[in-house]
Amino acid sequence: MTMRRLSGVALAGLAIAVTLFAAPPAATAADTPNPPADLKAFQKYFKDKFPKVKFEDFVNGPYSMDEGLYKQWKEKEEFPPYEFALDLGKELMAKPFKNGKTLADCFPNKGIGIRQDYPHFDAKQGKVITLELAVNQCREANGEEPYSYTKDEMAAVTAYMAFTSRGKVFDVKIPDDPRALAAYENGKRYFYTRRGQLNFSCATCHVQSPGERIRAEVLAPALGILNAMPIYRSEWSGMGTTSRRFTSCNSQVRGVPLKPQDEEYRDLEYYLSYVSNGLPISGPGARP
Amino acid sequence: MRRSISALAVALLLSGFAVSAHAASTEADYKVAYAAAESANAEANKLRNQWTTAVSALKASKAAAEAGDFDKATAEAKKSEQLSKAAIFQTNEQKENWKLMEIR
Repeated sequence: MTMRRLSGVALAGLAIAVTLFAAPPAATAADTPNPPADLKAFQKYFKDKFPKVKFEDFVNGPYSMDEGLYKQWKEKEEFPPYEFALDLGKELMAKPFKNGKTLADCFPNKGIGIRQDYPHFDAKQGKVITLELAVNQCREANGEEPYSYTKDEMAAVTAYMAFTSRGKVFDVKIPDDPRALAAYENGKRYFYTRRGQLNFSCATCHVQSPGERIRAEVLAPALGILNAMPIYRSEWSGMGTTSRRFTSCNSQVRGVPLKPQDEEYRDLEYYLSYVSNGLPISGPGARP
Repeated sequence: MRRSISALAVALLLSGFAVSAHAASTEADYKVAYAAAESANAEANKLRNQWTTAVSALKASKAAAEAGDFDKATAEAKKSEQLSKAAIFQTNEQKENWKLMEIR
């Protein structure tokens, strides 16, 4: 090999190294926010990856990925572990506050059959309002203490609201408001960003590896993952909300979780719900 | 030959002293290491990407110092600092590179 050829190889190597390590990904037309295109690509990815899974079955998480688990889950659904939460949720929705009003009074149609409309972007508050946040905003506006965002009463109330919305399809809207689009983009960024000592993003498990096992658990696909929330988790021996799911995911990759209902978590929920538009609410769910 | 063996023995003896002198951390060493770890942890926290293992190591460092074990306290503080520096690197690296994983 001549000196000139060696220099050529070295230069080519340097060029590749510069491309790979120094330069950020080049801005392309695909960097322009386009939620409908994102939704189409997102859903196509999962349909192509799992051609045998019916579209509406993606909301059943790991059960849609594993036949054996699916059978066990069907049997479990005869005596679902979230049943107590439904009773408590119904009771809490109707229980009068000190001022005589109820939680149901804060929601359209008394909170029945509306889960699919959350989260939404509130132009007046300039932020994403999740169902959990709406519940606590209602309580605080009526002089009541907010519920814990992760379990117990919050899980019960949102379980009841999800149950009354079963079968209705996610219909999350991104209004023509740059703040709403920014929130959506922020949620997308959070979803794909690696964090924690394990260097995982949400997508590492739920886009790259659904259907694979992580220890004894089968990973759920990101498509439809929030349609089943809140969930009874055997691992938790109880109910947990979307907030609980997000914070525990962060801890599992050895990252310090944000506070429940932090802006980034709300934006993440906005993004993930939007790309699951068209899939039915199946919550509350039961998971291993 | 004899001179070589003597030289080797002296060298080993000296290196032994060097190792033990290096291993025995003082309270002052711990304080320097802990301050650096605290600073790196604070920066990772500001970037909203603190690692649980960095926090645990920082706590372990403080606990060891309170128990008078400055070797362990210094080692844990250094570990915490390195983990936080890795978290900071990860945050900066992911500022644009998250897009590489996006479904398009």
